[in-house]
Amino acid sequence: MRDNLQFDSHGRLRHLLTTEDLPRQTVLDILNTAESFISVGEREIKKVPLLRGKTVVNLFFEASTRTRTTFEIAAKRLSADVINLNPLASSTAKGETLLDTVRNLEAMHTELFVVRHREAGAAHLIAAHVPEHVHIVNAGDGRHAHPTQALLDLFTIRRHKGPIENLKVAIVGDILHSRVARSDIHALTTLGAAEVRVIAPKTLLPTAVEKLGVHAYTDMRKGLDGVDVVIMLRLQRERMTGGLISSEQEYFNLYGLTQEKLGFAKPDAIVMHPGPMNRGLDIDSAVADGPRSVILPQVTYGIAVRMAIMALIMGGAPAESAPAGGRRA
Amino acid sequence: MPQTNNIVDIDATITYMADELLSRLPQHPLMIGIHTGGAWVASRLHSLLKLPDALGTLDISFYRDDFSRVGVNPTVKTSNLPENVENRHVILVDDVLHTGRTIRAALNEIFDYGRPASVTLAVLLNRDGRELPIEAQVVGHHLKLKKNQHIKLLGPVPLKLEIQEVHA
Repeated sequence: MRDNLQFDSHGRLRHLLTTEDLPRQTVLDILNTAESFISVGEREIKKVPLLRGKTVVNLFFEASTRTRTTFEIAAKRLSADVINLNPLASSTAKGETLLDTVRNLEAMHTELFVVRHREAGAAHLIAAHVPEHVHIVNAGDGRHAHPTQALLDLFTIRRHKGPIENLKVAIVGDILHSRVARSDIHALTTLGAAEVRVIAPKTLLPTAVEKLGVHAYTDMRKGLDGVDVVIMLRLQRERMTGGLISSEQEYFNLYGLTQEKLGFAKPDAIVMHPGPMNRGLDIDSAVADGPRSVILPQVTYGIAVRMAIMALIMGGAPAESAPAGGRRA
Repeated sequence: MPQTNNIVDIDATITYMADELLSRLPQHPLMIGIHTGGAWVASRLHSLLKLPDALGTLDISFYRDDFSRVGVNPTVKTSNLPENVENRHVILVDDVLHTGRTIRAALNEIFDYGRPASVTLAVLLNRDGRELPIEAQVVGHHLKLKKNQHIKLLGPVPLKLEIQEVHA
């Protein structure tokens, strides 16, 4: 039994809020289940009936296209009904609190909330206040966590490079503002990556980032040396209050991923980016669209991974408590 | 205690099933086995019958009717239908026909790949306890079991049957 908010009293995953302290087996279960959902997306009718009759609410207090769309497609492929809400434009603008918004939606008998919010801890707050049959997936809270992105990143790495244990991974760019970086680091260390590095100018590295179990570099040549995976991050100009980088041109010259800098990594290293990309700032188009880029496959895998997460948290008892004899004939 | 006994000669039963299927083999059949036991039986039948088209496999986990009670098994396998099922004569193979719910789920899944011309059901063992109006056209062996007895096929080599008694 865990006292973590993410698990119920039987130790079953009930909400997905963060990859921090997520047990290794839970991570593997999600990745393995996602493998089977990949084939659902490749066939003629891309739908399975698991969540038929359930209602999923995409509650996005912060703008998003890719994440919200892939959650919507994932829920629909599980046969759920999906409602997209952008409360910026509705009741919260009139002063309704976060929990009041959620309570009203609960009163409409909805079962799963996918929440994105600019405040760290928003999804946790909601999860702490919903009844037992309601599930929460964190789709990004402030600088804190973006667990589904981290899990789809792991899935992408595993598919293209094999077991995580053998791999060196570098996360490059605006680490300071990045919830993706934090969630990636926790997930990668949980699966025992050979090494996790972060590369950024000092001003974009959180203080004491090494405590997360990573090696920090400010130089791309040293940082990328011998890595198998390069995860580029978006420079989050909208979260910057100024003075963190001297100029965009200099940032690109030092940290933007070009063919030349990619040459420091292993010859078969893959390149990832959670999107949206700042072309010519985070990454050069020749790399983003090049043969080692798996940026678009990441989007495709994101659907299968989000299907797996929703199916696992909304299912009943775990497999081991199924009736003896396993599958019913 | 699980007990394994030689209630059924599995090799002979599968050979018998192949003979039965041969006499009613449709044009250009497509064989599909249900994970896990059904896929093992199907693989034997597929080579005995020397079917030209690749064998398909189906994991019906996403189509089960008890999802809200038992959830998703994270060891779910990928369904693999190499051939288009549209207008094909499908031979669906499972190890044990019991409640009929697995077959219901499998039929639903097959129809999400296309509309087959026909589906013939072949099972290694037919036991009592049906909860749905589903019957097999080819049955290797009929077996009467008590309600609290579960039978399971172990494999893939050798194939063995195990009976478990569940005490409530």
